[in-house]
Amino acid sequence: MSSLLILGAGTAGTMAANMLRDKLDPSWSITVVDRDDDHVYQPGLLFVPFWMKPDRVVKDRRSFLKEGVTYLRREIAKVDPAAHRVDLVGGDHLGYDWLIIASGSRARTDLVPGMADGALFRTKVHDFYTLEGAVALHEALDNFTEGRILVHLAELPIKCPVAPLEFTFLVEDYFRKKGIRHKVDITYVTPLDGAFTKPVSSKAFGSLLTDRSVRLAADFTVERIDNEKQQLIGYDGRALPFDLLVTIPPHTGAQFVIDSGLGDEGGFIPVDKHTLRADVSGRIFVLGDASNIPASKAGSVAHFATEVFIDNFLAAIEGKPLPNAFDGHANCFIESGRGQAMLIDFNYDTEPLPGMYPAPLVGPMTLLKPSRINHVGKLAFEQMYWRILLPGHKMPVPALMSMAGKKAVNGSTPAAASAPAAR
Amino acid sequence: MPTNTLNGRSFEVDEEGFFTDSSQWSPELATDLAALIGVELDEAHLAPIRFMREDAAANGPTPTLRRLQAVGGFDIKELYRLYPGKPAKKMSWLAGLRKPVGCV
Repeated sequence: MSSLLILGAGTAGTMAANMLRDKLDPSWSITVVDRDDDHVYQPGLLFVPFWMKPDRVVKDRRSFLKEGVTYLRREIAKVDPAAHRVDLVGGDHLGYDWLIIASGSRARTDLVPGMADGALFRTKVHDFYTLEGAVALHEALDNFTEGRILVHLAELPIKCPVAPLEFTFLVEDYFRKKGIRHKVDITYVTPLDGAFTKPVSSKAFGSLLTDRSVRLAADFTVERIDNEKQQLIGYDGRALPFDLLVTIPPHTGAQFVIDSGLGDEGGFIPVDKHTLRADVSGRIFVLGDASNIPASKAGSVAHFATEVFIDNFLAAIEGKPLPNAFDGHANCFIESGRGQAMLIDFNYDTEPLPGMYPAPLVGPMTLLKPSRINHVGKLAFEQMYWRILLPGHKMPVPALMSMAGKKAVNGSTPAAASAPAAR
Repeated sequence: MPTNTLNGRSFEVDEEGFFTDSSQWSPELATDLAALIGVELDEAHLAPIRFMREDAAANGPTPTLRRLQAVGGFDIKELYRLYPGKPAKKMSWLAGLRKPVGCV
């Protein structure tokens, strides 16, 4: 009789609970804790500002958890790894034999001075990483007739690092369809040295912004938002004026992770990047955005990592060496407007490459190139997410990245995967 | 991968001139590289570079400006003063690290 406690019923926590319920002996208890009942399909938040109805992206967390999984709606206060104990807000606590932390990452609108505390928040200054933000932005776009729009990425890591670019392409397309594109000036603002920073992608996509008359403000580190002058102020003294500002603010891990002293400076929990076992305790694994692995904070990474994790967990509870090494595999659609999307597939060691996915030559999806079928694939994924992924069924794609179907480009050969660190 | 040679010292670089093997870095090389971008490396300039190298060796990725501020205790405005325009890029280049990148 052992107990598994899972903190967070998002993508990774829900998948892990469902997959482990099938694999663990019925004498095991599995308890999942979350502070609310709303499971948000986060990829949908990108579309809410444009056309997707807000109620479509939220479903009840409880309806995705298998029978035999106990769900507890409580806020977590603190984790004490030495005592195998989780304190809940309000005074109770839970014990555990094994702990999975899957509490994700949060867009912190309070971390850019002048954003959440500014007079223009949710009228002219927006985010779309929360449902409220995406809904407010929908209204702002609806009423926008002319002027300057900044799409701004504050820093990395953020959830779904391609979303700011996707939003840029979609907002450009939105005003083109409205027939007022010529009255709207769009600038993409990034702390990196360009919109595309990796050699193969920047060659493939480098001209996409200029082709669509989107300006680029690169190497921009935001200091604050000046609400009075309606300007985005950089540390280098640049002041970018706006009529509508869409900011993707810095992200951190969950508050209880920070309060427990388990996180790094961003509140992300240090783990072994191949086994996802927490540095602080062998009884804790961290799935999804909550860890510090150098991979994209994305649903696909949470999904692939959780699949790889299951057998490791089953080995760990028997005191055996962990058989699998996660490679940082990510697979992301990038909406590029015009009813098309691009697809990228990469891992810790290999940058996104051109080719076909998931099957070599036949695809049907093309990597690193805009296509209609990729866009259709992105939309179709919504149903797969709710019906296949969350319930813990097997998706028809491999968890570890495959080079099959990819064209190696000069200098982009993957390094050999390293074995999981012995513990 | 191209190889650069500066004052008799060779090092492998990527297409943009960033080191691909940070073990080929040396403080002397950094001083010579800094001269190429008009920076004289004094203690104030070297402190963040040392932090970046130690942090990258321990954690992997090139630290961001925010990490320099939050973990290293450096003031971002001061870094902009020391390395005008593009401190993140200039410092990672001088520290023999890859430039900060996104996923594409």
